[in-house]
Amino acid sequence: MTAGSRIVALGHYQPSKVVTNNDLAQLMETNDEWIRDRVGIAERRVADAESVADMSTFAAEKALAGSGLTAADIDMVVVATCSSIDRCPNVATRVAARLGITAPAAFDLNTACSGFSYGLATADHAIRAGATRHALVIGAEKLSDLTDWTDRTTAILFGDGAGAAIVSGVPDGEQAGIGPVLWGSAPEKGEALRIEGRTPYIKQDGQVVFRWATTALAPLALQACERAGVKPSELAAFVPHQANTRIIDGIVKRLGLGPDVVIAKDLVESGNTSAASIPLALSKLVEKREVPSGAPVLLFGFGGGLTYAGQVIRCP
Amino acid sequence: MATREEITSGLAEILEEVAGVNPEDVAEEKSFTDDLDVDSLSMVEVVVAAEEKFGVKIPDNEVQNLKTVGDAVSFIEANH
Repeated sequence: MTAGSRIVALGHYQPSKVVTNNDLAQLMETNDEWIRDRVGIAERRVADAESVADMSTFAAEKALAGSGLTAADIDMVVVATCSSIDRCPNVATRVAARLGITAPAAFDLNTACSGFSYGLATADHAIRAGATRHALVIGAEKLSDLTDWTDRTTAILFGDGAGAAIVSGVPDGEQAGIGPVLWGSAPEKGEALRIEGRTPYIKQDGQVVFRWATTALAPLALQACERAGVKPSELAAFVPHQANTRIIDGIVKRLGLGPDVVIAKDLVESGNTSAASIPLALSKLVEKREVPSGAPVLLFGFGGGLTYAGQVIRCP
Repeated sequence: MATREEITSGLAEILEEVAGVNPEDVAEEKSFTDDLDVDSLSMVEVVVAAEEKFGVKIPDNEVQNLKTVGDAVSFIEANH
């Protein structure tokens, strides 16, 4: 048993193939200015050969290497994903097999774009309950498999990638690094964002999702801060799900975050990578040393379901 | 009760703030998308701001019916 947990290391992986807005304009009736104005994305990465399990493994290898732990130390693997086509064995056990993690509790978790925050909370709870000592939490998506490349309203939005975190219990007397989660859903609006059909494609009612995201989420993000005992003005960084810069700007404005708070906008170069977007953006911020170690960072995921989850973490 | 003129001028203020529309261009017969160049996401922001300003509830499924400024004025007039 332990008084809490923290992220000790992060890692990320993106496919090497870059698809710019101009590349998409060759395929469909769209253009760079239109996409930047409405969603803020300039380019995204698209996987050719890599599977969700491949990208998860590559991200996890980096996180593990940075943690000072070995595969033998990990006893739980959680993969947040909604786009793994090969469902069984699950992605978590595929990753464990490749990394040599021998007997972990291993499961996939699908809450779409909020998945990483759900996974982080689940790992934190398992560690607090004494069920786990060191967890590997991954957000990974290959949304290009689920993209209708003839639908210009959705094909411009998505990208592929993975981010991973190693989560460990904190020693007695030290501050917990993962704050209480604020999680929930608005199931009555679930139809607004769907992956369904024999040949499944992502479909969305953009206006409904945008309205929900720009009005309902800021008060919930504020509650996540309150549960952690952190004022929004004290945050060093805000890493929301990377769906749309206009959604992010709307939440930032409603939270009253000042210019000193680092706002993750990785979607400009990565697109919307669903459950991978938060760990990808967070891993990059940490890698670039844009946030000091120990500083409070608000994570807030939201998307299909419609689900949401957020927590204040201490930057590794 | 606000008159149609008052509602139109209130919408013009919102449209200027949310989407940079010149208030002089706002008239009941104008289409939000075709005449005033308000994109679908800005339209959502206009609706949310109008709910606050006029104390009305504009449901998700009603937004697509509001094609012109006059459509929005009529809805607000009937529901506030």
